[in-house]
Amino acid sequence: MSEALVGSEQCLEFARSLVAHLEAGDEQGAQESLEALSAIRESQLFQELGKLTRELHNTLANFQIDTKITTLAETDIPDAKERLNYVITMTEQAADKTLGAVEELQPLSDELQTRMAKLHADWGRFRSRDMAVEEFRELSRELDQFFDWMGETMPQFNSKLTDIMMAQDFQDLTGQIIRRVITLVQDVESGLVDLIRISGQKLKAQPEKKEVNPIEATGPSIEGIDQGNIVKGQDEVDDLLSSLGF
Amino acid sequence: MKILIVDDFSTMRRIIKNLLRDLGFNNTSEADDGLTALPMLQSGNFDFLVTDWNMPGMQGIDLLKAVRADERLCKLPVLMVTAEAKREQIVEAAQAGVNGYIVKPFTAGTLKEKIDKIFERIEAGG
Repeated sequence: MSEALVGSEQCLEFARSLVAHLEAGDEQGAQESLEALSAIRESQLFQELGKLTRELHNTLANFQIDTKITTLAETDIPDAKERLNYVITMTEQAADKTLGAVEELQPLSDELQTRMAKLHADWGRFRSRDMAVEEFRELSRELDQFFDWMGETMPQFNSKLTDIMMAQDFQDLTGQIIRRVITLVQDVESGLVDLIRISGQKLKAQPEKKEVNPIEATGPSIEGIDQGNIVKGQDEVDDLLSSLGF
Repeated sequence: MKILIVDDFSTMRRIIKNLLRDLGFNNTSEADDGLTALPMLQSGNFDFLVTDWNMPGMQGIDLLKAVRADERLCKLPVLMVTAEAKREQIVEAAQAGVNGYIVKPFTAGTLKEKIDKIFERIEAGG
Protein backbone atom coordinates (compact mmCIF):
# COMPACT_ATOMS: atom_id res chain seq x y z
CA MET A 1 0.00 0.00 0.00
CA SER A 2 1.39 3.41 -0.96
CA GLU A 3 2.33 6.12 1.53
CA ALA A 4 -0.37 8.40 0.18
CA LEU A 5 -3.04 5.74 0.65
CA VAL A 6 -1.87 5.01 4.19
CA GLY A 7 -1.91 8.78 4.84
CA SER A 8 -5.43 9.26 3.53
CA GLU A 9 -6.82 6.24 5.43
CA GLN A 10 -5.26 7.58 8.61
CA CYS A 11 -6.74 11.00 7.85
CA LEU A 12 -10.18 9.45 7.39
CA GLU A 13 -9.86 7.56 10.66
CA PHE A 14 -8.85 10.69 12.60
CA ALA A 15 -11.60 12.71 10.88
CA ARG A 16 -14.23 10.13 11.91
CA SER A 17 -12.97 10.14 15.49
CA LEU A 18 -12.97 13.98 15.44
CA VAL A 19 -16.68 13.96 14.43
CA ALA A 20 -17.44 11.29 17.04
CA HIS A 21 -15.67 13.29 19.80
CA LEU A 22 -17.49 16.50 18.81
CA GLU A 23 -20.89 14.76 18.77
CA ALA A 24 -20.13 13.29 22.16
CA GLY A 25 -19.13 16.74 23.45
CA ASP A 26 -15.64 15.46 24.24
CA GLU A 27 -13.61 18.62 23.67
CA GLN A 28 -10.31 17.11 24.84
CA GLY A 29 -10.67 14.13 22.45
CA ALA A 30 -11.65 16.40 19.55
CA GLN A 31 -8.52 18.51 20.09
CA GLU A 32 -6.30 15.42 20.01
CA SER A 33 -7.84 14.14 16.78
CA LEU A 34 -7.35 17.53 15.16
CA GLU A 35 -3.67 17.61 16.16
CA ALA A 36 -3.13 14.08 14.85
CA LEU A 37 -4.65 15.15 11.51
CA SER A 38 -2.33 18.13 11.07
CA ALA A 39 0.70 16.02 12.10
CA ILE A 40 0.04 13.70 9.13
CA ARG A 41 -0.18 16.68 6.79
CA GLU A 42 3.11 18.14 8.03
CA SER A 43 5.02 14.89 7.70
CA GLN A 44 3.88 14.53 4.05
CA LEU A 45 5.02 18.10 3.36
CA PHE A 46 8.47 17.36 4.81
CA GLN A 47 8.80 14.25 2.70
CA GLU A 48 8.04 16.21 -0.49
CA LEU A 49 10.45 18.96 0.48
CA GLY A 50 13.14 16.37 1.17
CA LYS A 51 12.63 14.81 -2.26
CA LEU A 52 12.91 18.19 -4.01
CA THR A 53 16.08 19.08 -2.10
CA ARG A 54 17.70 15.82 -3.10
CA GLU A 55 16.85 16.36 -6.77
CA LEU A 56 18.26 19.88 -6.72
CA HIS A 57 21.45 18.67 -5.08
CA ASN A 58 21.95 15.90 -7.67
CA THR A 59 21.36 18.26 -10.54
CA LEU A 60 23.91 20.77 -9.24
CA ALA A 61 26.44 18.04 -8.56
CA ASN A 62 26.09 16.69 -12.11
CA PHE A 63 26.55 20.09 -13.62
CA GLN A 64 29.73 20.82 -11.76
CA ILE A 65 31.34 17.77 -13.36
CA ASP A 66 30.36 19.04 -16.78
CA THR A 67 32.28 22.30 -16.90
CA LYS A 68 33.07 22.49 -20.57
CA ILE A 69 30.77 25.48 -21.06
CA THR A 70 33.03 27.64 -18.90
CA THR A 71 36.08 26.68 -20.94
CA LEU A 72 34.19 27.30 -24.15
CA ALA A 73 33.08 30.76 -23.11
CA GLU A 74 36.34 31.89 -21.51
CA THR A 75 38.94 30.41 -23.85
CA ASP A 76 37.69 28.62 -26.91
CA ILE A 77 35.31 31.21 -28.35
CA PRO A 78 37.73 34.18 -28.13
CA ASP A 79 40.36 31.86 -29.59
CA ALA A 80 38.03 30.94 -32.48
CA LYS A 81 37.36 34.61 -33.18
CA GLU A 82 41.09 35.25 -33.54
CA ARG A 83 41.43 32.23 -35.82
CA LEU A 84 38.59 33.40 -38.03
CA ASN A 85 40.14 36.85 -38.24
CA TYR A 86 43.32 35.16 -39.37
CA VAL A 87 41.30 33.41 -42.10
CA ILE A 88 40.12 36.82 -43.32
CA THR A 89 43.70 38.12 -43.33
CA MET A 90 44.99 35.10 -45.24
CA THR A 91 42.27 35.14 -47.88
CA GLU A 92 42.80 38.87 -48.32
CA GLN A 93 46.55 38.43 -48.75
CA ALA A 94 45.98 35.63 -51.26
CA ALA A 95 43.58 37.78 -53.28
CA ASP A 96 46.02 40.73 -53.18
CA LYS A 97 48.93 38.58 -54.29
CA THR A 98 46.94 37.03 -57.14
CA LEU A 99 45.50 40.33 -58.36
CA GLY A 100 48.90 42.02 -58.04
CA ALA A 101 50.54 39.37 -60.21
CA VAL A 102 47.76 39.55 -62.81
CA GLU A 103 48.05 43.36 -62.94
CA GLU A 104 51.80 43.05 -63.54
CA LEU A 105 51.33 40.41 -66.25
CA GLN A 106 48.64 42.20 -68.22
CA PRO A 107 50.81 45.06 -69.63
CA LEU A 108 53.48 42.50 -70.60
CA SER A 109 50.88 40.40 -72.35
CA ASP A 110 49.53 43.50 -74.17
CA GLU A 111 53.01 44.52 -75.29
CA LEU A 112 53.72 41.00 -76.51
CA GLN A 113 50.57 41.06 -78.62
CA THR A 114 51.38 44.49 -80.16
CA ARG A 115 54.96 43.61 -81.04
CA MET A 116 53.94 40.22 -82.41
CA ALA A 117 51.28 41.81 -84.64
CA LYS A 118 53.81 44.32 -86.08
CA LEU A 119 56.46 41.65 -86.70
CA HIS A 120 53.91 39.31 -88.18
CA ALA A 121 52.76 41.97 -90.69
CA ASP A 122 56.36 42.88 -91.66
CA TRP A 123 57.30 39.23 -91.98
CA GLY A 124 54.31 38.70 -94.30
CA ARG A 125 55.51 41.53 -96.54
CA PHE A 126 59.02 40.09 -96.60
CA ARG A 127 57.69 36.64 -97.56
CA SER A 128 55.70 38.12 -100.44
CA ARG A 129 58.85 40.02 -101.52
CA ASP A 130 57.23 43.36 -100.83
CA MET A 131 60.10 44.85 -98.83
CA ALA A 132 63.07 47.05 -99.65
CA VAL A 133 66.55 46.04 -98.45
CA GLU A 134 66.74 48.98 -96.05
CA GLU A 135 63.40 47.97 -94.55
CA PHE A 136 64.56 44.37 -94.15
CA ARG A 137 67.59 45.55 -92.17
CA GLU A 138 65.17 47.40 -89.89
CA LEU A 139 63.02 44.23 -89.55
CA SER A 140 65.99 42.09 -88.67
CA ARG A 141 67.06 44.63 -86.00
CA GLU A 142 63.51 44.58 -84.61
CA LEU A 143 63.55 40.79 -84.50
CA ASP A 144 66.80 40.84 -82.52
CA GLN A 145 65.31 43.31 -80.04
CA PHE A 146 62.17 41.21 -79.79
CA PHE A 147 64.13 38.05 -78.95
CA ASP A 148 66.15 39.93 -76.31
CA TRP A 149 62.99 41.31 -74.80
CA MET A 150 61.36 37.85 -74.77
CA GLY A 151 64.44 36.45 -73.06
CA GLU A 152 64.08 39.00 -70.27
CA THR A 153 60.31 38.87 -70.02
CA MET A 154 59.50 35.17 -70.04
CA PRO A 155 61.25 34.36 -66.72
CA GLN A 156 59.28 37.27 -65.22
CA PHE A 157 56.12 35.75 -66.67
CA ASN A 158 56.89 32.37 -65.16
CA SER A 159 57.75 33.77 -61.77
CA LYS A 160 54.44 35.69 -61.64
CA LEU A 161 52.56 32.52 -62.58
CA THR A 162 54.32 30.71 -59.73
CA ASP A 163 53.31 33.56 -57.38
CA ILE A 164 49.68 33.12 -58.43
CA MET A 165 49.89 29.39 -57.83
CA MET A 166 51.58 29.76 -54.42
CA ALA A 167 48.95 32.28 -53.33
CA GLN A 168 46.39 29.47 -53.47
CA ASP A 169 47.97 27.81 -50.43
CA PHE A 170 45.52 29.81 -48.35
CA GLN A 171 42.87 27.23 -49.21
CA ASP A 172 44.69 24.50 -47.29
CA LEU A 173 45.71 26.69 -44.34
CA THR A 174 42.34 28.39 -43.86
CA GLY A 175 40.58 25.06 -44.41
CA GLN A 176 42.45 23.57 -41.45
CA ILE A 177 41.52 26.55 -39.28
CA ILE A 178 37.86 26.46 -40.29
CA ARG A 179 37.65 22.73 -39.55
CA ARG A 180 38.90 23.46 -36.06
CA VAL A 181 36.27 26.16 -35.56
CA ILE A 182 33.54 23.79 -36.79
CA THR A 183 34.56 21.32 -34.07
CA LEU A 184 34.27 24.15 -31.56
CA VAL A 185 30.78 25.05 -32.81
CA GLN A 186 29.76 21.43 -32.29
CA ASP A 187 31.10 21.58 -28.72
CA VAL A 188 29.17 24.78 -28.08
CA GLU A 189 26.04 23.11 -29.39
CA SER A 190 26.32 20.15 -27.06
CA GLY A 191 27.18 22.48 -24.17
CA LEU A 192 24.04 24.50 -24.84
CA VAL A 193 21.93 21.37 -24.95
CA ASP A 194 23.28 20.46 -21.48
CA LEU A 195 22.59 23.96 -20.27
CA ILE A 196 18.99 23.82 -21.44
CA ARG A 197 18.59 20.45 -19.75
CA ILE A 198 19.55 21.96 -16.43
CA SER A 199 18.24 25.45 -17.02
CA GLY A 200 17.32 27.75 -14.20
CA GLN A 201 20.18 26.82 -11.89
CA LYS A 202 22.87 29.21 -10.81
CA LEU A 203 26.21 27.73 -11.63
CA LYS A 204 29.71 28.26 -10.51
CA ALA A 205 31.97 25.94 -12.40
CA GLN A 206 35.73 25.79 -12.44
CA PRO A 207 37.32 25.94 -15.90
CA GLU A 208 38.56 22.48 -16.80
CA LYS A 209 42.25 21.95 -17.36
CA LYS A 210 42.89 20.47 -20.81
CA GLU A 211 45.45 17.73 -21.22
CA VAL A 212 47.93 19.03 -23.77
CA ASN A 213 49.62 16.61 -26.12
CA PRO A 214 52.65 18.52 -27.44
CA ILE A 215 52.76 16.78 -30.79
CA GLU A 216 49.03 16.75 -31.51
CA ALA A 217 48.35 18.24 -34.95
CA THR A 218 46.61 21.59 -34.55
CA GLY A 219 46.90 23.20 -37.96
CA PRO A 220 48.52 26.56 -38.74
CA SER A 221 49.71 28.45 -35.66
CA ILE A 222 48.60 32.01 -35.16
CA GLU A 223 50.72 34.61 -33.41
CA GLY A 224 49.15 35.82 -30.21
CA ILE A 225 46.87 32.82 -29.71
CA ASP A 226 48.99 29.74 -29.97
CA GLN A 227 51.13 29.34 -26.91
CA GLY A 228 54.24 27.34 -26.54
CA ASN A 229 57.18 26.27 -28.52
CA ILE A 230 56.33 27.43 -32.00
CA VAL A 231 58.98 28.13 -34.62
CA LYS A 232 58.75 31.50 -36.33
CA GLY A 233 59.60 30.34 -39.83
CA GLN A 234 61.59 27.99 -42.03
CA ASP A 235 64.90 29.36 -40.70
CA GLU A 236 64.07 28.25 -37.17
CA VAL A 237 62.98 24.83 -38.47
CA ASP A 238 66.35 24.51 -40.19
CA ASP A 239 68.25 25.63 -37.08
CA LEU A 240 66.37 23.15 -34.91
CA LEU A 241 66.96 20.29 -37.32
CA SER A 242 70.65 21.12 -37.71
CA SER A 243 70.96 21.14 -33.91
CA LEU A 244 69.61 17.58 -34.08
CA GLY A 245 72.36 16.61 -36.50
CA PHE A 246 70.52 17.18 -39.78
CA MET B 1 61.93 9.64 -60.16
CA LYS B 2 58.44 8.67 -58.95
CA ILE B 3 57.03 10.89 -56.20
CA LEU B 4 53.94 10.48 -53.99
CA ILE B 5 52.29 13.67 -52.69
CA VAL B 6 50.08 13.21 -49.62
CA ASP B 7 47.84 16.05 -48.43
CA ASP B 8 44.13 16.14 -47.59
CA PHE B 9 43.67 19.45 -49.43
CA SER B 10 43.65 19.01 -53.21
CA THR B 11 44.74 22.64 -53.72
CA MET B 12 47.96 21.99 -51.83
CA ARG B 13 48.53 18.74 -53.74
CA ARG B 14 48.20 20.65 -57.01
CA ILE B 15 50.57 23.39 -55.83
CA ILE B 16 53.22 20.86 -54.83
CA LYS B 17 52.68 18.88 -58.03
CA ASN B 18 53.17 22.02 -60.15
CA LEU B 19 56.24 23.08 -58.21
CA LEU B 20 57.74 19.62 -58.61
CA ARG B 21 57.02 19.75 -62.35
CA ASP B 22 58.86 23.11 -62.55
CA LEU B 23 61.79 21.36 -60.87
CA GLY B 24 61.74 18.65 -63.53
CA PHE B 25 59.85 15.93 -61.63
CA ASN B 26 56.98 14.89 -63.88
CA ASN B 27 56.10 11.49 -62.45
CA THR B 28 53.92 12.29 -59.42
CA SER B 29 50.93 10.58 -57.81
CA GLU B 30 48.60 11.86 -55.10
CA ALA B 31 46.91 10.50 -51.97
CA ASP B 32 44.68 12.32 -49.50
CA ASP B 33 45.82 10.71 -46.25
CA GLY B 34 48.14 8.09 -44.78
CA LEU B 35 45.63 5.26 -45.09
CA THR B 36 45.41 5.64 -48.87
CA ALA B 37 49.11 6.52 -49.22
CA LEU B 38 50.55 3.48 -47.44
CA PRO B 39 49.19 0.77 -49.82
CA MET B 40 50.22 2.94 -52.79
CA LEU B 41 53.75 3.15 -51.40
CA GLN B 42 53.84 -0.59 -50.71
CA SER B 43 52.91 -1.50 -54.25
CA GLY B 44 54.08 1.47 -56.30
CA ASN B 45 57.89 1.71 -56.48
CA PHE B 46 58.00 5.30 -55.30
CA ASP B 47 61.36 7.06 -54.93
CA PHE B 48 60.24 9.98 -52.80
CA LEU B 49 57.40 10.89 -50.44
CA VAL B 50 56.11 14.41 -49.73
CA THR B 51 53.54 14.42 -46.93
CA ASP B 52 51.43 16.78 -44.84
CA TRP B 53 51.03 16.12 -41.08
CA ASN B 54 47.46 17.07 -40.16
CA MET B 55 45.11 14.78 -42.08
CA PRO B 56 42.01 12.79 -41.20
CA GLY B 57 42.41 9.02 -41.20
CA MET B 58 46.12 8.44 -40.82
CA GLN B 59 48.24 11.49 -40.03
CA GLY B 60 51.54 12.24 -41.73
CA ILE B 61 53.63 11.48 -38.65
CA ASP B 62 52.04 8.02 -38.41
CA LEU B 63 52.58 7.47 -42.13
CA LEU B 64 56.26 8.36 -41.63
CA LYS B 65 56.54 5.86 -38.76
CA ALA B 66 54.76 3.18 -40.81
CA VAL B 67 57.16 3.78 -43.71
CA ARG B 68 60.21 3.52 -41.46
CA ALA B 69 58.80 0.32 -39.90
CA ASP B 70 58.27 -1.30 -43.31
CA GLU B 71 61.25 -3.37 -44.41
CA ARG B 72 60.89 -2.45 -48.08
CA LEU B 73 60.09 1.23 -47.54
CA CYS B 74 62.36 2.12 -44.65
CA LYS B 75 64.95 3.82 -46.89
CA LEU B 76 62.39 5.97 -48.75
CA PRO B 77 63.24 9.69 -48.47
CA VAL B 78 60.39 11.58 -46.79
CA LEU B 79 59.84 15.35 -46.89
CA MET B 80 57.23 16.78 -44.56
CA VAL B 81 55.39 19.91 -45.74
CA THR B 82 53.05 21.01 -42.96
CA ALA B 83 51.56 23.89 -41.01
CA GLU B 84 52.53 22.16 -37.75
CA ALA B 85 55.20 24.43 -36.29
CA LYS B 86 55.79 23.38 -32.69
CA ARG B 87 59.34 22.51 -31.76
CA GLU B 88 58.15 19.26 -30.14
CA GLN B 89 56.56 18.26 -33.43
CA ILE B 90 59.68 18.95 -35.47
CA VAL B 91 61.78 16.99 -32.99
CA GLU B 92 59.25 14.13 -33.11
CA ALA B 93 59.40 14.06 -36.91
CA ALA B 94 63.21 14.16 -36.85
CA GLN B 95 63.31 11.26 -34.37
CA ALA B 96 60.86 9.32 -36.53
CA GLY B 97 63.35 9.66 -39.38
CA VAL B 98 62.09 12.48 -41.59
CA ASN B 99 64.55 13.69 -44.26
CA GLY B 100 63.30 17.27 -44.49
CA TYR B 101 60.71 19.50 -42.83
CA ILE B 102 59.03 22.52 -44.44
CA VAL B 103 56.58 24.75 -42.59
CA LYS B 104 53.60 26.15 -44.52
CA PRO B 105 53.24 28.71 -45.94
CA PHE B 106 56.42 28.04 -47.91
CA THR B 107 58.01 29.26 -51.13
CA ALA B 108 58.99 27.51 -54.33
CA GLY B 109 62.62 28.28 -53.44
CA THR B 110 62.37 26.52 -50.08
CA LEU B 111 60.93 23.38 -51.67
CA LYS B 112 63.73 23.26 -54.25
CA GLU B 113 66.41 23.85 -51.62
CA LYS B 114 65.15 21.06 -49.33
CA ILE B 115 64.72 18.55 -52.12
CA ASP B 116 68.21 19.31 -53.49
CA LYS B 117 69.63 18.87 -50.00
CA ILE B 118 67.90 15.53 -49.48
CA PHE B 119 69.25 14.11 -52.74
CA GLU B 120 72.73 15.51 -52.17
CA ARG B 121 72.83 13.69 -48.87
CA ILE B 122 71.52 10.47 -50.40
CA GLU B 123 74.11 10.62 -53.20
CA ALA B 124 76.82 11.22 -50.60
CA GLY B 125 75.61 7.97 -49.02
CA GLY B 126 74.36 9.63 -45.83
